[in-house]
Amino acid sequence: MLKGMEQLGRKGIPVGCRGGGCGICKIEIVRGDYSCQRMSRAHISVEEEAQGVVLACRTRPQSDLDVRVLGKIQRAVMRALD
Amino acid sequence: MAMTGVLRPGHVQLRVLDLDEAVTHYRDYLGLIETHRDSQGRVYLKAWDEQDWFSVVLREADEAGMDHMAFKVLDEETLWRFQADLKKFGCQIERIAAGELDHCGERVRFAAPTGHLFELYANKDHYGNGISTTNPAPWPEGLKGMQAVRFDHCLVYGEDLDGSVKLFTEVLGFQLTEQIVDGDLQLAAFMTCSTKAHDVAFIRQEGKAKLHHASFMLKTWENVLRAGDIISMKDIALDMGPTRHGLTRGQTIYFFDPSGNRNEVFCEDSYVYPDTPVLTWTADRTGQAIFYHSRELNDRFMGVTTGA
Repeated sequence: MLKGMEQLGRKGIPVGCRGGGCGICKIEIVRGDYSCQRMSRAHISVEEEAQGVVLACRTRPQSDLDVRVLGKIQRAVMRALD
Repeated sequence: MAMTGVLRPGHVQLRVLDLDEAVTHYRDYLGLIETHRDSQGRVYLKAWDEQDWFSVVLREADEAGMDHMAFKVLDEETLWRFQADLKKFGCQIERIAAGELDHCGERVRFAAPTGHLFELYANKDHYGNGISTTNPAPWPEGLKGMQAVRFDHCLVYGEDLDGSVKLFTEVLGFQLTEQIVDGDLQLAAFMTCSTKAHDVAFIRQEGKAKLHHASFMLKTWENVLRAGDIISMKDIALDMGPTRHGLTRGQTIYFFDPSGNRNEVFCEDSYVYPDTPVLTWTADRTGQAIFYHSRELNDRFMGVTTGA
């Protein structure tokens, strides 16, 4: 899903490692069918996965999906730049 | 100063979500050489110009990140001296028996104030670099992918930057080479145990300890560009580059392994001697310090990490 978004030049879901490890592209699937590859348990618990909370980079849509973006990039402390 | 204490980064143990995918990445794309698999299923690899048995250990786990980074010290006497000094500093020490990692001697594990696990060891079996020690060839044949020369350093994020800098400089004898400062507040600290631009680097960030990247050295800018070609040819997730860092002057490219751990390959960074002054970047020039050409901070580069 995330790769598709990037290839279309679209934005909306934050793009991180693209490998299921960093958790930045966390989304909630509100409606639709999909499958998922392995995702870091540091970011997606078993309960979350069961409730449709997934990482977009590991998600393959199998229908049109409605999603809600949950992930956000935490910036390193750079206080002079804030 | 001759190198008498900590010699160099010895290895990093990384957690990966899928071992086979990770081995393909590190062996076939980065160009490390697989040297061993242990009874726990961990895979050991080394860069071609390293002499010891391994410098990267891949462990399959349900989350990505760094288990620990280990440094080789001169000898066992040095190891026990550091153990005593680390205890005195207030670190909790754990002794890891020889052979817990195959081909590696006893390790002294401690948590740095930023929360990262580091280890020291004195002995690792010799594997060789594929080149004779008599009338040596300049490089071995049959290398793959980016042909990484050595595991060079890790950059990590943590809250108690001051504590970790104090530990590495005052207890382990590292030298501060470069830093980013905001007035009195140090935001980034690059440190070496040798004469390199960095053997380990820390960036101040609130929250849990994180891995920013594990880095591998290449020889030339041409090699860095070629790494970029391989990243596209093999559909590896690119992060940034090829470009130049202000900090360390390194020519660099960043990408992610299939589990999301960030890797760097780079060449031609700066060097220091014990009398080289510390280089300081001011916080208003952080963009230039990190990416010398664009001078822009990139949210993904700054904000995306895996665990430690």
